[in-house]
Amino acid sequence: MTRISCREAMRQALREALTRDPRVFLMGEDVGRYGGTYAVSKGLYEEFGPERIRDTPLSELGFVGAGIGAALGGMRPIVEVMTVNFSLLALDQIVNTAALYRHMSGGQFSVPIVIRMATGAGRQVAAQHSHSFENWYAHIPGIKVLCPATVADARGMLWPALQDPDPVILFEHAQLYNLEEDIPDALEVDLESAAVRRPGDAVSLITYGGSLAKTLAAAELLAAAGISAEVVDLRVLRPLDTETILASVRKCRRVVVIDECWRTGSLAAEIIARISEQALYDLDAPPARVCSEEVPIPYARHMEEAALPQPEKIVAAAKSLFG
Amino acid sequence: MNAEEMRVAALSILRTIAPEIEPAELVPNRPLRQQVDLDSMDWLNFLMALHRQLGVDIPEADYRKLVTLDDLVGYLLGKQRG
Amino acid sequence: MIEFNLPSLGADMDEGTLLEWRIKPGDTVKRGQVVAVVDTSKAAVDVEIWHEGVVHALTLEPGQKVPVGTTMAILREAGESAGQVEAMRKQRSAAKLPPLAAHVEPGTAAVSAPHREAPAAARRPVSPAARRHAQELHVELEGISGSGPHGSVTVADVDKAAAAHHTAPLDRKAEMRRAIAAAMGRSKREIPHYYLSQDIPMQRAVEWLLRENEKHAVTERLLLGVLQLKAVALALARTPELNGFWRGDRFEPGAGVHVGVAISLRQGGLVAPAIHDVDRKSLVELMGSLADLVQRARAGSMRSSEMSDPTITVTNLGEQGAGAVFGVIYPPQVALVGFGRVADRPWIDDTGAVRALPVVTASLSGDHRVSDGIRGARFLTELHDRLQRPEEL
Repeated sequence: MTRISCREAMRQALREALTRDPRVFLMGEDVGRYGGTYAVSKGLYEEFGPERIRDTPLSELGFVGAGIGAALGGMRPIVEVMTVNFSLLALDQIVNTAALYRHMSGGQFSVPIVIRMATGAGRQVAAQHSHSFENWYAHIPGIKVLCPATVADARGMLWPALQDPDPVILFEHAQLYNLEEDIPDALEVDLESAAVRRPGDAVSLITYGGSLAKTLAAAELLAAAGISAEVVDLRVLRPLDTETILASVRKCRRVVVIDECWRTGSLAAEIIARISEQALYDLDAPPARVCSEEVPIPYARHMEEAALPQPEKIVAAAKSLFG
Repeated sequence: MNAEEMRVAALSILRTIAPEIEPAELVPNRPLRQQVDLDSMDWLNFLMALHRQLGVDIPEADYRKLVTLDDLVGYLLGKQRG
Repeated sequence: MIEFNLPSLGADMDEGTLLEWRIKPGDTVKRGQVVAVVDTSKAAVDVEIWHEGVVHALTLEPGQKVPVGTTMAILREAGESAGQVEAMRKQRSAAKLPPLAAHVEPGTAAVSAPHREAPAAARRPVSPAARRHAQELHVELEGISGSGPHGSVTVADVDKAAAAHHTAPLDRKAEMRRAIAAAMGRSKREIPHYYLSQDIPMQRAVEWLLRENEKHAVTERLLLGVLQLKAVALALARTPELNGFWRGDRFEPGAGVHVGVAISLRQGGLVAPAIHDVDRKSLVELMGSLADLVQRARAGSMRSSEMSDPTITVTNLGEQGAGAVFGVIYPPQVALVGFGRVADRPWIDDTGAVRALPVVTASLSGDHRVSDGIRGARFLTELHDRLQRPEEL
């Protein structure tokens, strides 16, 4: 067991990838000399040199495209997009090129690229830098979408993601970078399954990424109120591990999905659709959601807090499923 | 755990073996196995569950000390302190 | 083509209700695989299959109640094509009337009940899970008060209503009583019982067991009943005519020693499923099997082979205080061994001295069509001797 921060875990993961595979390189805005906007790649420029830790111009469309080209050419690029809102500038490259090349080339080419980006709100960086668009990417066939919520997953997901022959998007919730947790020395990480982070039997709380800590806090409050909540961490947002979701719902018969995306068309909506399709007769109450309020995320702290999922909102939603 | 908590814990484990019991109707100082109708397999299952959930190992030689619910609670409390 | 028919899961069963399929068309099945769950009025039993093949079609729907022997599924044997099997099925159904015609669809009886009209506005919410649960328990949703959100009826409400009305448990109890009545009535009508008993000193067995159990944690302890089971199984080697079945006016020896263990259920009633090959299992294995069997019997999840093939039954009423038990043989078996209470009694030992020793009265109920009293007496003596050498069990 070692106790490290999420930021340090991600740095270790990058260092491991750069050391183990000479085809791996990191590219993005300020990842080199500056050490990364969130200081994840601090020190790697000095350690691995400008060939492998490459600062790019401010052009997401350009450098994501260059990353795709490098992947097609046999490299294993890790492209850092500063935050998810900037990835909208590269959407065409991700959706139309990276996700489709295997199909469009009749299987002749694949794009083994990993695109990392920070996501989520809660740091008073105002509306443009507080988005959660995980659901947009989870909508697209052809890419895999990962979202670590624990330090262990932050440490362990990158290497298997690089082994995937197709594009992988790795969402890092910006509130997690300072999170410190123990991680086991021998880490085993799969990119298929959701994880039950807390067992329970009265209500299933399904979440991922930056909302896991809030959901675990809610589960603690619910336990104090005599309600045993099970917490499921999705981990992989595409493809979804429907089996684990349904197993938890079938056991608890009540479900709340917690998702920082806006409610309409959220990932929570998709999860509840699957539950309705496949486990309707196991439900003892209508499924519930806690998502962000449908407003631009405010700057003022109290208003930002009010706009996002919080433990109290999760507790209230869960309690509403009981009479 | 204090005596009351231990009693509640033991009864909740007992209910997993004999779901039909009404804890309120059990007389704590009368022989337990007669009141609850536990055969030796039930009894062993009960002791195994105590072992699993409370971490208490009860040697067979001590079985005869455990006649009533009061005996059991007292015995478990003693083991907890020891 | 193989027709898989509803097996008899005990002499007292003549029909069963399919609860659940565990296979679907296209599956490959192996010998011993659990393929369905069938309710025999006594318990929900996992039904195993003893053929190999590929599932071609399931001819029974969950919920259907059918007589023993009804075809439940059609299997393709190795090398058969779907077309061949279809052709054979057509031929057969042309030769005889479709067997499914006689089956009663579930719920058809209920349809004729007077239809209650509820005003649409007053429709009370019932959670989907509660609705299904109520159907399973045969509980009327009418009149159940809902504790869920917006007064909706939940699974817990249905459970509460079921417990209050005792609908399902009472039915189950009555059905089990009927099943026991049928089997025991048949036994006393058909089987000419003879009864023998012998007092067996248990000091060696009790002391040996105490020493063994001292060495082990509570999770690995043995019960005295396990020693008795093993001793019965080993003693049968000398009197094999007590182990097997009476079928069609002749005795069929059992293919192994599968001891039916009489297990009383907490909600009332009795089942006697088998532990297989008791003579070849170690005491530790037997203890595991017994614990597992008791637990599953009480949870109502037994396997068809356990229900249908005990070759002899052992019953133990000593814990309930009985000094001895002279039991009724469970047909088509031909013997039943009973144990009473193990209690200290005056005993004259080898030196002629009177001592207080733990003693048990073992009894044998034998089928006189198959065995004679002298053979039964030999069995009890052998049982006595085995129990004096617990370390060899």
